[in-house]
Amino acid sequence: MKELMIGNAAVARGLYEAGVEVISSYPGTPSTEITEFAATYDDIYCEWAPNEKVAMEAAFGASLRGVRSACAMKHVGLNVAADPLFTLSYTGVTGGLVVCVADDPGMHSSQNEQDSRHYAIAAKVPMLEPADSAECKEFAKLAFDISEQFDTPCLLRMCTRIAHAQSVVELGERTVPEKKPYEKNPQKFIMAPANAIRRHPFVEERTKKLTEYAETSPVNRVEMGDTRIGIIATGACYQYCKEVFGEGASILKIGMVNPLPVQKIKDFAASVEKLYVVEELDGVIESHCNNIGVKVIGKELFGPLGEFSQKSIAQAFGLPVKETVTADTQIPVRPPVMCSGCPHRGMFYVLSKNKITVLGDIGCYTLGSAAPLTALDSTLCMGASISGLHGFAKAAQGEADHNTVCVIGDSTFMHSGMTGLANIAYNGSKATVIILDNSITGMTGHQQNPTTGYNIKGDPATKINLEALCHSLGINRVRVVDPYNLEETEKAVKEELAADEASVIISRRPCVLLKYVKPRKPVMVDPDKCKSCKRCMKLGCPSIRIKDGKANIDTTLCVGCGVCEQLCPFDAIGHEEQTMAELPPAQCVAQ
Amino acid sequence: METKGIVICGVGGQGSLLASKLLGKVLVNEGYDIKVSEVHGMSQRGGSVITYVRYGDKVYSPVVQSGEADFVISFEKIEAARYAHLLKKGGIIITNTQRIDPMPVIIGAAEYPDGVLDELTAKGVQIEALDALALAEQAGSAKAVNIVLMGQLAKHFHIAYDKWIAAIEQTVKPKFIDLNKKAFELGYNYSK
Ligand SMILES: Cc1ncc(C[n+]2csc(CCOP(=O)(O)OP(=O)(O)O)c2C)c(N)n1
Ligand code: SF4
Ligand code: SF4
Repeated sequence: MKELMIGNAAVARGLYEAGVEVISSYPGTPSTEITEFAATYDDIYCEWAPNEKVAMEAAFGASLRGVRSACAMKHVGLNVAADPLFTLSYTGVTGGLVVCVADDPGMHSSQNEQDSRHYAIAAKVPMLEPADSAECKEFAKLAFDISEQFDTPCLLRMCTRIAHAQSVVELGERTVPEKKPYEKNPQKFIMAPANAIRRHPFVEERTKKLTEYAETSPVNRVEMGDTRIGIIATGACYQYCKEVFGEGASILKIGMVNPLPVQKIKDFAASVEKLYVVEELDGVIESHCNNIGVKVIGKELFGPLGEFSQKSIAQAFGLPVKETVTADTQIPVRPPVMCSGCPHRGMFYVLSKNKITVLGDIGCYTLGSAAPLTALDSTLCMGASISGLHGFAKAAQGEADHNTVCVIGDSTFMHSGMTGLANIAYNGSKATVIILDNSITGMTGHQQNPTTGYNIKGDPATKINLEALCHSLGINRVRVVDPYNLEETEKAVKEELAADEASVIISRRPCVLLKYVKPRKPVMVDPDKCKSCKRCMKLGCPSIRIKDGKANIDTTLCVGCGVCEQLCPFDAIGHEEQTMAELPPAQCVAQ
Repeated sequence: METKGIVICGVGGQGSLLASKLLGKVLVNEGYDIKVSEVHGMSQRGGSVITYVRYGDKVYSPVVQSGEADFVISFEKIEAARYAHLLKKGGIIITNTQRIDPMPVIIGAAEYPDGVLDELTAKGVQIEALDALALAEQAGSAKAVNIVLMGQLAKHFHIAYDKWIAAIEQTVKPKFIDLNKKAFELGYNYSK
């Protein structure tokens, strides 16, 4: 049967057909759907782990026990999971272990543009890179065979344009390899120095064997065309080159990006007049070619930035690009914004109004950095808000204690915020930490996490109590506020900033896009009462706009959160029949 | 045949996913090779979103570049203009006339360029503009804007009406089939 599938769904299908039994992942665009689709197969145990390191270690445990296992993450997730990866390279596997990692050239939804191929080289593990959905499925299966044949974890590298592009896939059957019985093997699996010293030569030997494999494997294939131009390309870049040149160039398509073949590249180089390497991000293949003495043209022509396309490649080769018409009129940008009624908005309004310095983190709430709220001062990586605030406070020697806070989401707090909070308690800064608890991992498309009370399948699960957790991490002052109630929120922020010790404010209200959150009636503006003061516009709610000089609310978008209503000094905004008292309580998080 | 390109654009949350799904189905049923590319993530929160559809005998790249689109289908007026450069010479823009203010306009940092489509028309671009929201509501649901626009596309497209209807039946949930057929018909029959 043939199906149109996005690359990530095809990877999930490949994992399924390969007989994978355990998948543990942490969401991150553009990798998330791998695990979401895998979770639709009842034969696979799938879970969202609190972070990527935990996920990879869970996959390790499953492999140790003798079954095929996998984990998936975005490129920066591999930074978090780098620790287990580097030593997994030494232990090798029992059941096959595949790590799917998704890069984001062009940074459609990421904080950097790192190239995960460097990890494959540094950790000395094989990495495959598919170029369409059919290959996503085939390579996912092949990765298990390589993993088991060479006794190594195998990386599967995705990029946004492969992960999120649909193309046709032929479906196959699932075959589960026989489970290997568990046997204690300390020389292989206890990586203390005495054993690790013996495993290192194995790793070096393995790379040699994998290089031999790369020389002959059909994943690295030559497509001869016009020999005046030779191109080495992988993944999406292969597709762009085929689009531009068709038969007008010869292509060495690399499917295994680490280790790279040597002789195969030399032979290909000898068969063409001029050799180019077309690769997004860093010049990884180019460096390899330089190292083996093959002269190529690469980054000098294409550069290290962003996503390529058939257009950018044609331009780099000096080929004509298509004619087009554009408007001279300036079109205003349309950046993503927090939704109407987003629970984060009330807290950001309070922080912005009081001109508080805010160390931020990564999630929907990063959108609080945009105008008109402009509430954030920094965003580095997941968890850095809390740890960063501690350092900031120490450096300020007391001057930041009463005017600086950090904000972090519930999922991000579980991912890597807890250790930072422990540091605040242990090394004694008087930080005010705000956990924006919207009961979901919002930014990546609404995944469950350990604070939501549900697992990946939507079944009830243990719900971690954030208040108790913060208390036990050594914070005495922990309070919960409803960010829809501006007065209460402002009071809490002021009191906790004034306090002479560290504190946590849990700003709690579920994301409005969750199914169990029922929108209330939209509010309306009484144009006779509105004095055009535009105070409500300071919220940046996409439902509020100015029409004929007065505030006006788009009732198709408004969810009736009532926050703007509290800002209006003239009582011009209101629900027709509901009042604040009718708001469901902040603890209405689904049980 | 030369690979053809179609661009579907709009504002995050407007339901462009179903449009590309339906289009994909119609093209797969016709036996074309096809690739559909969209970027998930940040775009959901009311940002500008774009989907590329490419079809032909053998499709390599999943993205449509400047001057390569036979159609640009837009769910919102200025989004049509934002991606007009993707249209090839002689291509057609099909757009909903709905206006959704982006944040810079809401906060008064920018003007909504109301006349931009007239400028493009003056430059010789063929634009089919329709109030797809009103037609969708007439069909029974504001959510059917996507199918109304697909109906208008079908009017200018080489694949027969019946085949679109068959694809609708294969794509949408049974209880919404009648509504979507109606929306499709209204979009198909609309003319200025
Ligand atoms: C190491 C790492 N893993 C994953 C991501 C992708 N990512 C960005 S924000 C986010 C979580 C957001 O959830 P939460 O903190 O609950 O905030 P919300 O979006 O719900 O407001 C994730 C998983 C990332 N940026 N970095
Ligand atoms: S998805 Fe939820 S948390 Fe994210 S911006 Fe929208 S309402 Fe806020
Ligand atoms: S009540 Fe006000 S702030 Fe809340 S969603 Fe409606 S318009 Fe926006």
